[in-house]
Amino acid sequence: MKKTPLYDTHLKLNATMVSYHDYFMPLQYDTIINEHHSVRKNAGLFDVSHMGIFEIFGNKAFPFIQYIITNDAGKLADKQVQYTPLCNEQGGVLDDILVYKWHKEHFLLVVNCANKEKDLLWLQKQAGTFRPLEIRDLTDTMSLIALQGPLSERILENTFSTKFDYLKRFYFDDFVWDGIQIIISRTGYTGEDGFEIFADAQHVVKLWNLLIDKNKEGGLMPAGLGARDTLRLEACLLLYGNDMDETITPLETTIDWAVKFDKGGFIGKEAMLRQKARGIDRKLAGFEMIDRGIPRHDYPVLKGNEIIGKVTSGSFSPTTNKNIGLCLIKSQYNRVGEELHIQIRDNNYNAQIVKTPFYKRNIT
Amino acid sequence: MANIPNELLYTKTHEWVKKINQNEVIVGITDHAQQQLKDIVFVELPSVGKAVKAGVTCAVVESVKAAYDIYAPLSGKVTKANQIIQGKPELVNKDPYGEGWFLHIETSNPNEFNNLLSPAQYRAISESEH
Repeated sequence: MKKTPLYDTHLKLNATMVSYHDYFMPLQYDTIINEHHSVRKNAGLFDVSHMGIFEIFGNKAFPFIQYIITNDAGKLADKQVQYTPLCNEQGGVLDDILVYKWHKEHFLLVVNCANKEKDLLWLQKQAGTFRPLEIRDLTDTMSLIALQGPLSERILENTFSTKFDYLKRFYFDDFVWDGIQIIISRTGYTGEDGFEIFADAQHVVKLWNLLIDKNKEGGLMPAGLGARDTLRLEACLLLYGNDMDETITPLETTIDWAVKFDKGGFIGKEAMLRQKARGIDRKLAGFEMIDRGIPRHDYPVLKGNEIIGKVTSGSFSPTTNKNIGLCLIKSQYNRVGEELHIQIRDNNYNAQIVKTPFYKRNIT
Repeated sequence: MANIPNELLYTKTHEWVKKINQNEVIVGITDHAQQQLKDIVFVELPSVGKAVKAGVTCAVVESVKAAYDIYAPLSGKVTKANQIIQGKPELVNKDPYGEGWFLHIETSNPNEFNNLLSPAQYRAISESEH
């Protein structure tokens, strides 16, 4: 088992620690519901140092990225970030990642914890004709913390005494703080405004404590993986391993928008074009419970007596006070208002398909 | 520190039992259990009249994160189920030995009382879990 540099800090904050893939991570410090509301109303600070971080350099770094991702990196300005699936030749989702572009020969990828070894092997295997290409695994040397919530910008300005309003959603910049190089991007996994901060593993504890100490009176609280999961589900941000994996293509999910067929060749393109021509049989859809009951991953979804799919993610939603979920079902039932049943402990409960996301922040 | 009232009996699976007459008991989950579960957002109870068997699942509580089984401490028949906690599951967190009770059971086998834990025995078990 691995520990992030913030492990002792979490223990001091009385976190309930859980094993998450090969890391000890904080599930919650207070209650999941309090942390959830803090992020929606004020702000929360997450340790997400378990995420994999790869830096890529090379003359052909840009065409390499374009070839391995389904989204269009050609749309990226320098210092911009893009969300994209990473697919295999069959169109199956290997991972969903963020691509950071400094310039066309220098990129950074943030990948899911569970996939980092697999992704690294995949990237090295695909490097072939794009060499010389350098792929550096920064996971153990670079830490990542996420400051999320409507007060995030004010908190950053209060902490670093500089303005961050120029940093627009999905942009990043390099900073020097106290002699240390850090990267700040306006990204996150909660459906709120927020920033993710990359810092050297040796200095991240100091940075975390500074943020907490300077802002705990101003509404900032540490938040764990529990709240991260309820927040991302309300915002309909997918979780790899639950909502998608190698057996499903992006076209069958809600991130079909991130497949850009008109950008040129990329891995999985032919398979997905064939699938599109054939028709998409299954689709990921959002639902809410009409009856009481909390849907959970893998619960069967029924229409009448027929099993039409399964729940991929489900939870009580603290913001809407409803029980919500995502399900992968036969496409013909993917209509807002469609009633179906979720099987919970051998009993069937009424639910209906609803519009996603379940929660959308007001952009002022 | 979890509250472990002296007048109750316990199970190693964190249920409490209060004897209210010769063969009827009230059942709930302990303070230690609610502290471990944290925010309880759902409770599923058996219907009145249902037969339950000692050590077998009779109810479910769910926190935000996951679902947990509640085991019948004694065999018998459900005579009351606390409808209020189905609408206000947070009562189990706030008052686990009072308003947050789960069931009344009419017991069928008085010998099973011997399998329940004393407050001291339960304290030892709950503290060893930390």
